[in-house]
Amino acid sequence: MADGRDLLVWRVNVRTRTLTQEAVPATWDTLGGRGLLARILLDEVDPTCEPLGPKNKLVFAPGLLVGHMLSACDRLSIGAKSPLSGGFRESNSGGSTGLHMTSMGIKALILEDWPAEPGFWILHLSMRGASWERADDLVGLGVYEVAPKLLARFGNKVAISLIGPGGEHQLGAAGIQNLDKERVPSRINARGGLGAVMGSKAIKAIVFDDAEGQKPPIKDAVAFKAAQKAFTLALSVHPQIHTYRDYGTAANVMMVDALGALPTRNFSSGSYEKAEAVSGERARELMLQRGAPSNPSHGCMAGCTIRCSNVFGGEDGHQIVSPLEFETIGLLGPNLDIADLDVIGRLNWQINDMGLDSIEIGAALGVACEAGLMPWGDANRAMELLQEVRRNTPVGRIIGMGSVVAGKVLGIERVPAAKGIAFSAYDPRAIKGTGVTFATSTQGGDHTAGLTLRVKIDHRDPNGQVAASRTMQINCAGYDTLGACLMSGPGFATAPGVIRDLLNSRYGWSVGDDVLQVLGRETLKLEREFNRRAGFTHANDRLPEWMTREALPPFNTVFDVPNDELDQIFTDLD
Amino acid sequence: MQITVKLYLTFRLGRFANQVLACPPDATASHLAQRLGIPDTEIGLILINTHQAELEQHLVEGDTIALFPIVGGG
Repeated sequence: MADGRDLLVWRVNVRTRTLTQEAVPATWDTLGGRGLLARILLDEVDPTCEPLGPKNKLVFAPGLLVGHMLSACDRLSIGAKSPLSGGFRESNSGGSTGLHMTSMGIKALILEDWPAEPGFWILHLSMRGASWERADDLVGLGVYEVAPKLLARFGNKVAISLIGPGGEHQLGAAGIQNLDKERVPSRINARGGLGAVMGSKAIKAIVFDDAEGQKPPIKDAVAFKAAQKAFTLALSVHPQIHTYRDYGTAANVMMVDALGALPTRNFSSGSYEKAEAVSGERARELMLQRGAPSNPSHGCMAGCTIRCSNVFGGEDGHQIVSPLEFETIGLLGPNLDIADLDVIGRLNWQINDMGLDSIEIGAALGVACEAGLMPWGDANRAMELLQEVRRNTPVGRIIGMGSVVAGKVLGIERVPAAKGIAFSAYDPRAIKGTGVTFATSTQGGDHTAGLTLRVKIDHRDPNGQVAASRTMQINCAGYDTLGACLMSGPGFATAPGVIRDLLNSRYGWSVGDDVLQVLGRETLKLEREFNRRAGFTHANDRLPEWMTREALPPFNTVFDVPNDELDQIFTDLD
Repeated sequence: MQITVKLYLTFRLGRFANQVLACPPDATASHLAQRLGIPDTEIGLILINTHQAELEQHLVEGDTIALFPIVGGG
């Protein structure tokens, strides 16, 4: 900020259409991103409230390190009481919104209350405050059509968070999309139904105009720069980063398949006979063969040196979708018996355009296949069902409300979800530590809450998985509070002290070596307290029962981590 | 002895995806990786006959070994 002040809390009431700017309370000051969301929701939101009602709040919070173009550290967390889980939910994404918010001096943006009258709005935020425009001409349009219209109206330099038709219809699978550095609205705070909460507040889009803003202040610029350099170097030499850059997250397909954990035909098998056709190796080969606009190494945020994103184009030289990620491939590919990356990409584009979570929709479509609503592998039928979602028909709403609703309506027990949120593409019976995460995290079936794939442990052995999951859940909650992408983990892990040095130089704090874990534990403690007050008990920390009795081919594993072990995972935090 | 070797991602570059190799008796996973020019530090996961294995594990006639570079979630 021009006068050297630090960030403020911006509070928007959608009923009165007013903005207030408030000093940051002391207890909020030391948190950012996911941890700050948990603190704010616990302080301000009745945990038993209706998620789509006037008492819920939708909060946007950049992480503690956001604002300085540190590689892979400009992520935005969005949170609310989730309409899918009924508890705390945070979801984070890359793109440009977090960076713009910090340039504007926004520590957190809180949207509250309910609109006084029907109709959607565009909320425009700038250094001069808030202004409102009716969004009547944008209602019903997908994000790929809306984003260019908003850029034409408000200028090419703004950041935007917006919802698609899915959010307007308050679907459980609706997320909130943000622009990447090429201004494509492809970076989605996807999971947990946060787009439905934004829809309930009748906000189609928030435009962040950071003109006249500036980078947030740094207390000790020399020390910050030194820490930044150490981090960038550690990141650049780590072998894992090279794999990410060349193959993206799709690198995981063959490994997860070999471990017997690739969701196949609605999680009825962990190995897909056509996995190679949807592998990271195949995706890279296609992108290199096809040439521009295909690009296997694309950065989703300015300044990112990892560039794990990609642009996936067709044979005709037109872009199909960007990015194409592992979890989407898993849920829309093997999970539906679709072995064609072009088809998966086209389904992904439709889902993105409607502003929906491709994991939740993929899981719901898998349930639909099992119920006979769609033949396995029938891409045309999948596309028809997505058009039903777009038209908001009853069948479309069954898919769009997510896997659990789909299972209940269609009479299918085999629903891959925990706390109402579908499993990303790791079957918890064959990567049991991640199963522990799916069961015990407030985030539900979300690998970003604590993926144990990299932990040196026998993934099929129930022993030791609770400890592995605990460590990963704490670290991930820490990274989400910093605004650091999980992909940056190897950099931080091999440059000890860098997180400490970055925070101390940025804020003038004196945090210690264990700050990542301190932040992670604090975040989990706050989230769990919110859920406890919302009525959650150990009964909510379970995987679906069928996963404990239905053996998963090819290794015939069930989820057999004992319940009493699950219940002990965070006793020190409760 | 004959060992079936499966390689993934960057390990395939300049090598192969799937090949049967003749190995000396008592060879370990690490020996095999060395022979292929793959540094131990770049290996994220070893599967021998679909079971997770360590670098020091000895191979036996007819084994299938899969080598993955370090990757993680997305």
